[in-house]
Amino acid sequence: MTAPLLSVKDLRVEFATRRGPLTALDGVSFDLAPGEILGVVGESGAGKSLTGLAIIGLLDPPGRIAGGEIRLAGERIDNLPPEAMRKIRGRRIGMIFQDPLTSLNPLLRIGDQLVETILTHTSLTQRQARERALALLTEVGIPAPEKRIDGYPHEFSGGMRQRVVIALALCAEPALVIADEPTTALDVSVQAQIIAVLKRLAREHHAAVILITHDMGVIAETADRVAVMYAGRIAEIGRVDEVVRDPLHPYAKGLMAAIPTLEGRAARLAQIPGAMPRLSAIPPGCAFNPRCPNVFDRCRIERPPPLAIGTRRAACWLYDRGEVASPAKEAVS
Amino acid sequence: MTALSREASAASAPMVGPPHLVEVEHLKRVFDVSKPLIARLLEHEPRRHLKAVDGLDFKIERGETLGIVGESGSGKSTLARMVVGLLRPTDGRVLIEGIDMAATGDPAARRNVRRRMQMIFQDPYASLNPRWRVGDIIAEPIHAFGLGAARPNGEARKPSKAAVTARAGELLRLVGLDPADARKYPHEFSGGQRQRIAIARALASNPDFIVCDEPTSALDVSIQAQILNLMRDLQEKLGLTYLLITHNLAVVRHMATRVGVMYLGRLVEIAPTTELFVRPRHPYTRMLLDAVPDLAMSGRARTPVGGEVPNPIDPPPGCPFHPRCPKAIARCRTEVPSFIEDVACHLAHDDPNWLAREGATSRL
Repeated sequence: MTAPLLSVKDLRVEFATRRGPLTALDGVSFDLAPGEILGVVGESGAGKSLTGLAIIGLLDPPGRIAGGEIRLAGERIDNLPPEAMRKIRGRRIGMIFQDPLTSLNPLLRIGDQLVETILTHTSLTQRQARERALALLTEVGIPAPEKRIDGYPHEFSGGMRQRVVIALALCAEPALVIADEPTTALDVSVQAQIIAVLKRLAREHHAAVILITHDMGVIAETADRVAVMYAGRIAEIGRVDEVVRDPLHPYAKGLMAAIPTLEGRAARLAQIPGAMPRLSAIPPGCAFNPRCPNVFDRCRIERPPPLAIGTRRAACWLYDRGEVASPAKEAVS
Repeated sequence: MTALSREASAASAPMVGPPHLVEVEHLKRVFDVSKPLIARLLEHEPRRHLKAVDGLDFKIERGETLGIVGESGSGKSTLARMVVGLLRPTDGRVLIEGIDMAATGDPAARRNVRRRMQMIFQDPYASLNPRWRVGDIIAEPIHAFGLGAARPNGEARKPSKAAVTARAGELLRLVGLDPADARKYPHEFSGGQRQRIAIARALASNPDFIVCDEPTSALDVSIQAQILNLMRDLQEKLGLTYLLITHNLAVVRHMATRVGVMYLGRLVEIAPTTELFVRPRHPYTRMLLDAVPDLAMSGRARTPVGGEVPNPIDPPPGCPFHPRCPKAIARCRTEVPSFIEDVACHLAHDDPNWLAREGATSRL
């Protein structure tokens, strides 16, 4: 792997409340190489979106980064003053949100929004900026961009709006794009088109992409690596084919087995009993231990660190030294 | 017993063909989306109508799960609301065991049909009254239909308080919750638990037919699995019939015995589940199957389909799918394909084996 473009180490995010700080992200670490797509999956409340927001410096108070560091191309960005962070945001890190309607200004023509963004981040002239806006719209697959560039957001369909948002995120050729549920609000046929656009961008622009979604299918089709999050921690991270085909962490196993597939009608879906704990009630030891089919004493007391297994890391005591895999094989079946 | 009431209503109903639980005939619903009168006069605009559901015909057999899939705007939720009687059809009718709720003049018959048909909604945060205790929410149908725990035949006598509490507890246990939960309020439960409460409420009137409109779309996958398993267990235990509306093809594959695919207010295809997934007959069905992200990463070849669902206010002439269809011919642009042999496609009518001929069997 080349030098990481983004390096997140032991990231910890806390929310100050009247009853003391709530830890929403705890010990999140990963690296991202240029041109790589990292999928981040998990259930609602697992901390997926928060990870993205922490990286781009958009945590809303009372949320704050309480520990760890984030480096972009070797330079620390987690402790930058807001002014410096604003310069990085948009120029070096682009962001795509779930709802394209709220990411666009309804009162401005999309061409003006694109041109404004381009002018803010580059030294192009007005005319060059417009040309670049047209090129971007073509690239994200908007038909007849010369005609559409002067349209308002409401004149675009959901899928087309999301393409505009992607174009907007790409204005300054950012090295890192964070896409938070970019296809969730879209119909399946349109979703496939957007995934194709994202994939092509990573390949052609050599941009690193963090793809946050709860849809494992989208990750399987798009990402190179995947991080499975649970209760603010990374349960397992590794190459997407390995994690999807043969997950190690019992939570990841349960998650994969719970997803109905198009391949056939199983008698029953595997189900994980219970639900993810609230942030205020994360159990001691491994956060998954009350729901885990393979739980043993150590899990209830000691929190497992991410343990390296091949190219993967799983935070589970089952994989501490020699005790690999055998008990976990029949974990969720 | 319910068997008794079933026989009674079957005898009074005009029996045509096999005893289907639900028959939907030429069902249509048009919404008037015109601008206000003055604006229309000033701008010389005609009235505008949205055909949300445009002529549906299908039947549901007792004990089966009919899945209806489609993208947003295909009219699947409008269909669900008409089937349970929340919306009046513009044309056509819905027969539940031969009784048309909208037309029957007999209040007792109407009431009986209502009792036997319930609905589960998508959003368990919106479908439960936040100010009511869970026990009261579940007991509402029991009071509304005058049902006691031990007497599901609907006699007029008011059920005793103890009987209602017992019944609510029984229902909570049935859906995997604790009878003690009856004292709590909805906000004390997670999304999955709330959906269980919604299911318990639906079961309170001893229905045999439940319409589920996106029952798991608001839930996380691990919770979705719990709810889907619960729905199937209940179906086995209570002999329920489901109409399952969803946009999630994997959920339909897992749950349904037959699947209907809707596009712009019309059924394009209906078939037994395996049949539909292995041998889709309509190009739209095939496109949908191809578009779903593949967890198995089989690297299968895809037919890229451009475009999006057109605006239903202004649908294209001919076959509504023709602008996006890779197989469209001149005829598709002018002539609406009729729904013959469970598929509405000129190509499928002329050449039933078109997909096999292309050598691209979709999925196993």
